[in-house]
Amino acid sequence: MNRTSSIDLDVTDRAIVNALQGGFPITETPYADAAQALGLEEDDLIARLQRLLDGGALSRFGPMYNADRMGGGNVLAAMKVAAGDFDAVADTVNAFPEVAHNYARDHAFNMWFVVSTDEAQRIPAVIAEIEAATGYPVHAMPKEEEFFVGLRFEL
Amino acid sequence: MTLELDNIDLAIIRATQAGLALTPRPYDQVAEQVGLSTADVMARLERMLAAGAIRRIGAVPNHYALGFTANGMTVWDVPDERASELGRQVGALDFVSHAYLRPRHRPDWPYNLFAMAHGRDKAEVEEKARIIRELLGDACRNGEVLYSTRILKKTGLRLVA
Repeated sequence: MNRTSSIDLDVTDRAIVNALQGGFPITETPYADAAQALGLEEDDLIARLQRLLDGGALSRFGPMYNADRMGGGNVLAAMKVAAGDFDAVADTVNAFPEVAHNYARDHAFNMWFVVSTDEAQRIPAVIAEIEAATGYPVHAMPKEEEFFVGLRFEL
Repeated sequence: MTLELDNIDLAIIRATQAGLALTPRPYDQVAEQVGLSTADVMARLERMLAAGAIRRIGAVPNHYALGFTANGMTVWDVPDERASELGRQVGALDFVSHAYLRPRHRPDWPYNLFAMAHGRDKAEVEEKARIIRELLGDACRNGEVLYSTRILKKTGLRLVA
């Protein structure tokens, strides 16, 4: 697995990815409007987006919904787990359906996961359940402010 | 901060959560699917965008497929009164996909500013972390980079069944 699986993007593809990580128009002909802003033809933009999606450079194209604003809860949490307990604790944490992602990280805080619930009020209860089931404290790190600009590629 | 979504909003979410059609009039297709006019679909999307129920509309890059195989969660301890301003500046860096302010858990966890830095390898991420530290300047009291060593669980986010 030494091969980098980088997908070849030309300058136009990069400009599209850079420009369209947000702000896609809500108009009757949004591709035509976005294409015009990029100095492209509508059918060229559509064909390139299709190719970027098919090739896996883009995982999605469309609205990104925010579960937090729909009544759901979504909180990053971290634990410091002893090395000898790590795999067993990971199994216990992963068994919670509310745990969406869980990553091991190279730090004293070595387990990082996201707790997602349909109702935001349920988050503390789920965290308490995880603490009871694992015997380890769970440190909740809710977003207090979010800054998104997206990833820009050199052109 | 919760937006009341009705069943029509939920139908629009269901119709678009896999993505928008790559056709010249994609909102027509959504309208047809949910039985509304295109103007109504567009107005509801605008409303959800304004209320933050939609974060944004556009392309979601697959960092790994694009060669950004290394990422580091950079974390920083900056003074609370400057955290918002610094978060915006760090978030505006090309190689940072997201930046967040989060609560500290002292004494073990003094960090309040998180920024995901992406690079082609670990050395590149280290270099990016150095650039962030430089940008923070004397506001930076402490910082670290955490690398993920293993994905223990990954499931898709299910919004509406």
